[in-house]
Amino acid sequence: MRRLPIRFILPLVLFGLLVVVLAIGIKNSPEKDIIPSPLIGKPAPTFSLPSLTDPGQKVTSAQLRGHWYLFNVWGTWCISCRMEQAMLLRIKQTGLIPLVGLDWRDDPSVARSYLKHEGDPYQTIAVDQDGMEAIMWGVYGAPETFLVNPAGIVVYKYIGPITERAWERDILPRLPLTSEPAATSSS
Amino acid sequence: MIPELGEFALILAMLLAALQAFFGIMGPALRRDRWMAAVTPAVSGQFVMVATSMGCLITSFINNDFSVKYVAENSNSSLPLFYRVAALWGAHSGSLILWIFLLALWSIAAAIGTSRLPKPFASRVIGVLGVISFGFLLYTLATSNPFLRLDPPWPDGESLNPVLQDPGLAAHPPVLYTGYVGLAVAFAFAGAAMLEGRLDREWARWTRPWTTAAWAFLSCGIALGSWWAYYTLGWGGFWFWDPVENASFMPWLMATALIHSLAVTEKRGLFKSWTLLLAVLAFSLSLVGTFLVRSGVLVSVHSFAASPGRGTFILAFLIVMIGSALALYAWRAPLLKSEAGFELTARESFLLFNNILLVTACATVFAGTIAPLIAGPLGIGKLSVGPPYFNPTFLLSILPLLALLSVGIHAGWKRGNLGRRARILLLAFIAAAVIGCGVVFGFFTGGRVLSPVGVALGVWIILSSLIDPIDRLRRHISIPRAVLGMTLAHIGLGIFVISITSVEAFTAERDVALSAGGIAQLGAYQFQFQGVKPIEGADYSGVAGTVILKHNGALVDVMHPQKREYWVQHTVTTHSAIYMYRVSNVLVALGQDLGDGRWSLRLQVRPLVTFIWLAAFIMAAGGMLAISDRRYRLEREPAAALTPAALAAVPAVTRSEAG
Repeated sequence: MRRLPIRFILPLVLFGLLVVVLAIGIKNSPEKDIIPSPLIGKPAPTFSLPSLTDPGQKVTSAQLRGHWYLFNVWGTWCISCRMEQAMLLRIKQTGLIPLVGLDWRDDPSVARSYLKHEGDPYQTIAVDQDGMEAIMWGVYGAPETFLVNPAGIVVYKYIGPITERAWERDILPRLPLTSEPAATSSS
Repeated sequence: MIPELGEFALILAMLLAALQAFFGIMGPALRRDRWMAAVTPAVSGQFVMVATSMGCLITSFINNDFSVKYVAENSNSSLPLFYRVAALWGAHSGSLILWIFLLALWSIAAAIGTSRLPKPFASRVIGVLGVISFGFLLYTLATSNPFLRLDPPWPDGESLNPVLQDPGLAAHPPVLYTGYVGLAVAFAFAGAAMLEGRLDREWARWTRPWTTAAWAFLSCGIALGSWWAYYTLGWGGFWFWDPVENASFMPWLMATALIHSLAVTEKRGLFKSWTLLLAVLAFSLSLVGTFLVRSGVLVSVHSFAASPGRGTFILAFLIVMIGSALALYAWRAPLLKSEAGFELTARESFLLFNNILLVTACATVFAGTIAPLIAGPLGIGKLSVGPPYFNPTFLLSILPLLALLSVGIHAGWKRGNLGRRARILLLAFIAAAVIGCGVVFGFFTGGRVLSPVGVALGVWIILSSLIDPIDRLRRHISIPRAVLGMTLAHIGLGIFVISITSVEAFTAERDVALSAGGIAQLGAYQFQFQGVKPIEGADYSGVAGTVILKHNGALVDVMHPQKREYWVQHTVTTHSAIYMYRVSNVLVALGQDLGDGRWSLRLQVRPLVTFIWLAAFIMAAGGMLAISDRRYRLEREPAAALTPAALAAVPAVTRSEAG
């Protein structure tokens, strides 16, 4: 048999490595509809991140304790986030629950100008420029929204742009009937 | 009834694709003429069935049949007819149908185009295409059937994603997919050559027009997508280095490399195994791109199209298709012998550098795209890869490529002797450098370090591309369309480089809050805001602002940026008003109602930005012009198999195949 020169086999070997990487990628991508977030029923990650609107200040999980809030992961680069923008503003208008934003892997100056331009539905926004915090929350795509209760427990997670249907069917019913005072730590 | 018919046609198409693959590949292997003769009916039947199936889905969309789940989720009775049809590729299942339809269309075209080529070769080409069709049809039927019914039917649909309700984006997927899928033909030609164990210069000549056509569509598709992103998003420019954008850009880079390496293989009988590998990789990258887009393993601008559960199937398909192609390559490529050598300064060397640099560029993009996948699970540290990585690494390989282009197109084959061209090239270079620096430092202030370099390179490419055609014109020598096409494509590239440089260096933007009558200044432009008026469309309502644009006090245009709210989905979209004044794009986007008649407005002036997309279309036009060259119009091709080199190669290989 003739000897196979290594340079002709190399592409196949490299492809084999790629397959391994992709397989790991699949294994780690949560199935959207089947597996619920492992965070549900568990305490939300604690964090202390710079504020988007006020870069000198920090947004911390401690400030948010004792109140219901919606933790919304977004970025200006994310089209689906633009789609839920109107719904988020509507949620803000209801005054039922404050929105806490996590500006994910974004250019803060672009994000600030985006909110100035399109309207800011958030009570506070934490900046997660390197994507570390989103990893703690198990985020794999934007937008994702977590409902957190006053004890700091994640009650519900919604993946994708929030629609009117999702708000009325999935989020509103989980809120307490007697509307507690919204978190006011930073306002 | 109609959806069931569509599903049935899809199943038949899958069976016919299986026959097409079996007869196409086994016929020549076992030397059965009647099997080979069955390939054409199989591929024709497959096409008819796929077209029927797609027609059924379109009919369901047009008829507002909301008992079909896919229609209910992506359309709405208030949607205009045009978007009801375009909604077909608004989500995952339908875009697969479009993909399969285009593949069937390319297969039919390939069957007609190869009908005059040697029978076993043509049969293998269609056979390989059959394997791909079968894979995609199986995938669609198994995981993403668009014909599933709802019981009870919904009263009305959820409507098409409003950001997709746009002519630019409606056209983007079909054009891009045509390019993506077209690379399958080059892949099939490579597969056929490897199955045959033989690759000669004729093979390269047969493959070139198919590759160039796919490349041209890919260029247009990418440009359309980028254009759409620019005027709809308006915030971050025209290119995000997003995984999905990269997924279309990597095959483009590979196809560009393939076009150039095919030229060497055709003219000189060199780079044979390399050309094969590129043909395999170009299509493989579009498959990997599909995987990245559809499996949801990567976060992306386009994340609404992702569906995680389907990744496993595509991965298996990748392993079968790409794995077997590369295994075949490892087995057969060592058989291919180069027919000649060349000197270091010959055109072959320049094209080799071209290939190395393009493949390097592609590899850096690839590394950046999958880096998050590797870094995450292995815990090497969390990586976030964005423009700070992509821009410099990409430029690192592309700048030398641009610099070598001008010299390379004037180097002779085999022996590199620029001869009398050296002088005029040098003159062109000096002129370009003077223009580059002059424009950047003279007309504009500011700019970046690379701006004069970019403009100079772009001008040099254009000038040196023109040398040869002008020379031929002066000496009254006819210019073949292939040369003209190449010249046009290179001029397009030059324009592209200049416009990118200009946009990167000289864009001006400003966010302002204005009440009616308020004026804002940006550069030499004045924007006078006149307030907003309500507007209403077929499925949305909103407001349109009026902005009077003046340049140095002279009236230029009255602009109407819009903000629309789509009723069904409660989604707000921004429709920027864009006016092209001289060579600059002036963009006004309407922001937020600040109350008391005050609105926030975003103003941008981007010089030459339109030329980025125009340049992409010029490149594509160059490719199409080259395809129309007489050389590719296949006359009867008895000489094909009878070149001495080919004759010498055939018996040796067929013997080793048999033994």
